[in-house]
Amino acid sequence: MTDIPATVLEPEAAPRATAEERRRALRTVSRGDVIYRSVLTVLALLLPLLLLLIAVELVSNALPAASKFGFGFLTHSTWDPVRGEFGALPLIFGTLYSSLVALVIAVPLALACAVFLTEFAPRWLRTPVATLIELLAAVPSVIYGLWGIFVLIPLLRDRFWPVARHALGWLPMFSGVFYGPSMLAGGVILAIMVLPYITAVSREVLLAVPPSQREAGLALGATRWETVWTVILPYGRAGIIGAVILGLGRALGETMAVTMVIGNRHEVSASLLQPGYTIAAAIANEFSEAVSDVHLSALFLVGAVLFVIAIVVNALARVLVWRVARGSAVGSTAI
Amino acid sequence: MMRGRLLRRLVGSVMTGATYGAAALAILPLAIILGMLLVKGAGALDWNFFTKSAVPVGEAGGGFAHAITGTLIIVGLACAVGVPVGVATGIFLAEFGGGRFGFAVRFVADVLNGVPSIVIGIFAWTWLVKPMGHFSALAGGVALGMILVPILARTTEEMVRLVPNSLREAALALGYQRWRTSLQVVVRSAAAGIVTGCLVAVARVAGETAPLLFTALGNQFFSTRLQGPMAALPLQVYVYALGPYDEWHRQAWAGALVLIVLVLALSLIARAVVRAKRQHA
Repeated sequence: MTDIPATVLEPEAAPRATAEERRRALRTVSRGDVIYRSVLTVLALLLPLLLLLIAVELVSNALPAASKFGFGFLTHSTWDPVRGEFGALPLIFGTLYSSLVALVIAVPLALACAVFLTEFAPRWLRTPVATLIELLAAVPSVIYGLWGIFVLIPLLRDRFWPVARHALGWLPMFSGVFYGPSMLAGGVILAIMVLPYITAVSREVLLAVPPSQREAGLALGATRWETVWTVILPYGRAGIIGAVILGLGRALGETMAVTMVIGNRHEVSASLLQPGYTIAAAIANEFSEAVSDVHLSALFLVGAVLFVIAIVVNALARVLVWRVARGSAVGSTAI
Repeated sequence: MMRGRLLRRLVGSVMTGATYGAAALAILPLAIILGMLLVKGAGALDWNFFTKSAVPVGEAGGGFAHAITGTLIIVGLACAVGVPVGVATGIFLAEFGGGRFGFAVRFVADVLNGVPSIVIGIFAWTWLVKPMGHFSALAGGVALGMILVPILARTTEEMVRLVPNSLREAALALGYQRWRTSLQVVVRSAAAGIVTGCLVAVARVAGETAPLLFTALGNQFFSTRLQGPMAALPLQVYVYALGPYDEWHRQAWAGALVLIVLVLALSLIARAVVRAKRQHA
């Protein structure tokens, strides 16, 4: 037994705080707290401010073109900087069409990957495969473009098309001569680029499905696949749609890779083999070489259109994903 | 279920196999891209590549030194602009973000994350390039910084939220003021995670090309002047890839290899840190 100092056993009587004093101490907020919170609040305000400023700048710069061309800007397809005539139909069409092609390719693949990663893959394989798929999202856009020019386009032109021509050549979607840079190449590149986003978000959505749902499905005698198809996927439907829309948002705004492979021609063509153009690509190519104020303003106007589309699409996706896992930001780590 | 048991199991096996195939197919492009970069890029990598700037077409021995330096400078500027604001916003969201304003900021961050980077590029042009009258590395750095902010806000928030509440309670019980608790205990515990978030975000903006097209513009010469046009790796790869010369294409592959090594190294380091941290907690 060691001796315990007397002071520990009988500490000197400290002046006791009265109940009132204690309450006041708890209620008072120190000056440091106020400053801390104000500084953080002001900095956090910058983000909404930035969004507002972008909107204001785009609109004010786009106004000249908007007032000159009116609604016809969206429906005409002549884009002639020299004569000062601008119609954005081919750009809007190309943006939507290339993204649609990308989703048609990427969504089934991404969903299958998400199901693989959450349901079927052996446990030791899940993390490495998920990491590899996420790394796809880390590859810079310009590298996809480079690869598209020198690998994907020759592959599509010399390997894929000569074989596929006999099976698909009669479709209007595959009419005309195939030179390489085309809507098809743009769509395939975009599909590769959005796949990791859709996979990552739908994977988190599927992980958020309560185990009881899965167990109930299996207990009713469904096979594992039937459980996935009839229980798990329908349960996460809202979130999966959110994931797809998020992928759509990425595809709509993607610039460099698309610019490098899509052919950059202001034309509306249903054929995937023909060159096309997208809003982002047109801005990238023409902005620093705009020949007149109207040309510049027209580019701002398509930029504003893209901005509005992107905001609507992303807001929609957020709401859908949030509905599945309220409070926690599902998929935010992947994005 | 009227279908035979065998058929149902067969469908199950086929679909399971299909998901294996899908996963393989999804990884295939990554393998091909990395493989091509190694094959085509490594061949053009030599000492000159890292020490020389671009030379006129036809001369041998040009390199990407100006572009590598440019990327480092522009990304450094982006961090100087974006990291303080982004991290502070993230801390705000985690500590005081419960109310309506916090919800709005979070929503705006997510929406801004989805705004195409080319739009940020033209915004930076109207704000910095147009008033200043010339393209500049500064404008490029600010444009990339604006892309950093919403990403950082969300990752920082997540990291700060991971800190157990007991730590905060312990600090408060010891008589720490709230702001000191928040900064010196909570945020400090999350520091590793926050740094990780920065690495991931930097990896992403380092590869961005679109916002630099009308801000930093690119430059064939070595320059460290923030007020003037500056080269950057992704810009140089873009220009060389679209150019007509084989030598340019060779160097574009090499530049892309350097870029992807940079980006993937940052992402992989970040991933490893997070994993170690989560296993610790």
